[in-house]
Amino acid sequence: MNTKIATILLLASATGLAACAKKAPETLPPAPVDNTSTETQPTPPPTGAAVGTQQHFAAAVGSSTTIYFDTDRYNVDSQDAAALQAQAQYFARYPQITFTIEGHADERGTREYNLALGERRADAAKAYLVSLGVAPNRISVVSYGKERPVALASNESAWAQNRRAASVIIN
Amino acid sequence: MKPALFAALLVTAAFPASLMAQDLGAPIGEDGPVERAATDASQAQAEEGISFTVTDESAWQDIGIAIPAFATDRERATPANEAGTGALGREVARVITANLRNNGLFKPVGPDSLPQPGFTQITAPTFDTWSGRGAEMLVHGYVRARDDGKLVVGCYLYDVALQNELVREGWVVAAADWRRAAHKCSDLIFSRLTGESPFFDSRIAYIAETGPKDRRVKRLAVMDSDGANHRFLTLGSATALTPRYSPDYSKILYLSYVDGNPRIYVYDIGTGKQTLVSENRNPTIAPRWSPDGKYILYSMAVAGNTDIYRVPATGGASVKLTDNPGIDVGGSYSPDGSKIVFESDRSGSQQCYVMDADGKNQKRISFFGGRCATPEWSPRGDQIAFTRIAGDFNVAVMNTGGGGMRVLTRGWQDEAPTWAPNGRIIQFFRTEKNTGRSGIWQVDLTGQNERRLPTPVDASDPAWGPIRP
Repeated sequence: MNTKIATILLLASATGLAACAKKAPETLPPAPVDNTSTETQPTPPPTGAAVGTQQHFAAAVGSSTTIYFDTDRYNVDSQDAAALQAQAQYFARYPQITFTIEGHADERGTREYNLALGERRADAAKAYLVSLGVAPNRISVVSYGKERPVALASNESAWAQNRRAASVIIN
Repeated sequence: MKPALFAALLVTAAFPASLMAQDLGAPIGEDGPVERAATDASQAQAEEGISFTVTDESAWQDIGIAIPAFATDRERATPANEAGTGALGREVARVITANLRNNGLFKPVGPDSLPQPGFTQITAPTFDTWSGRGAEMLVHGYVRARDDGKLVVGCYLYDVALQNELVREGWVVAAADWRRAAHKCSDLIFSRLTGESPFFDSRIAYIAETGPKDRRVKRLAVMDSDGANHRFLTLGSATALTPRYSPDYSKILYLSYVDGNPRIYVYDIGTGKQTLVSENRNPTIAPRWSPDGKYILYSMAVAGNTDIYRVPATGGASVKLTDNPGIDVGGSYSPDGSKIVFESDRSGSQQCYVMDADGKNQKRISFFGGRCATPEWSPRGDQIAFTRIAGDFNVAVMNTGGGGMRVLTRGWQDEAPTWAPNGRIIQFFRTEKNTGRSGIWQVDLTGQNERRLPTPVDASDPAWGPIRP
């Protein structure tokens, strides 16, 4: 059972490197925002949340606050890239905002390796945002390894939700 | 109260920023070495007796040992036991019995089902009584309260069939340390009968866990090898992880998020103060001591990439030991300090590698399928324990070249082995599927004697310290 899944994942990551065929987590989140339309339009008026809060950021970019990774991987695929582009547009619009990228791993890894892996994921997200023009000194990164799961079950769906890098605005 | 608090804050403010954020409880202090007591008129044990230097466990695991209550020369009150030295003598025998039984060693029978010898019988056992009960070995001992409040505990091991004394020893301990005398006696018995090095008189640092899976509270904690004398060292406001006792028990290395980022601290048990292992802005993880306590290994991520570094324990410049685009993390010294086993995903997945202590000659040793993580070199030098990931996570051992791999546990997620000081027993933590609850377990090298250690709350990241002085 587990070997089969591992084989499938291996195959998926091997063949999917160029195409980046990564499945979104099943229960989270809705599709990323449509970049082509947000480019020309102003950020949707956030309902009540003030600029500089996580609520305002989330209202503007939707589920794109967080990107997801395959098992043991930290590459930014096309879906991640779309989400990070939405983030970059938001941070370009509000240049006064500084933020933190929190890197996480699923529970199916050893503790110390997962801390290193979470750091890698957060740093990969940061590097991509910097390549899109966000100043590096606005971005902090922190790894929580497997210490802060958002999905609590022990199954593939939960693990997919926990392998993530989340951009967080800390007031 | 309030002015005092304010003053304390002012004093704290004078320290560097790294020292300001604290999650520490009151320091616990460490008791010193145990003093040996003269066990009078020893008839020098020149005789061979029975020498059980046996590698096959079955040869000695069936030995029946009777451990009646320790006698006392004079019933006296002691802070160690309200009921006096006689009752304490019974407790000492109970601790020894539990030590041997819980570790699957011999067939011990404790004081609650045995007659109680008098003080004069300690050095002159009535062997007929014990041979009639089928005991092959007999433990006798005494507890004496001195005028200065300290306790003298004597420990004697007899061969019942030969009607012969095999070994004796005595210790002077503070009343609060009476359990250490029981552990020293356990070690004396174990070592004499097996030819192995002792391990009972040792402590374990670990992480105590409470709360729901997504908001786990993780505190640094310590306890004796049998779970007694448990203490929390941090308060729980910041996540603490992966502790390691220094070889002399004076310090603990551990990871804390107390300043918001994962960083390794050196916590001084005596003073209750702690310092950063490396003063810089990068996250530091996976702390380890060298066997002589002179160096600290840590892993540090720079621009996302983690490598292993070494720094003198007294401070100073760090040396980078690995330089690789993969994750290099952890590290465990061979007992002679000449080599380090560590894990790296440079080949695509976590595998175990060995290098010289200066970082030269890095080569992979794990080639048996699956992944190799958290390697720990045995204190005896001949084996490496690690987390084997092949579907489930299990504790396994291999020889230092990567051969002879044996899986010892069968849990869903068994992680992070740590060796008993004598290299015979391995502790690790086991995490439950879905609930995420964890506990510390131990297993011997046969894989057959597995048990959970009693801890007040859930537990993970055990780190077994060396034998105490």
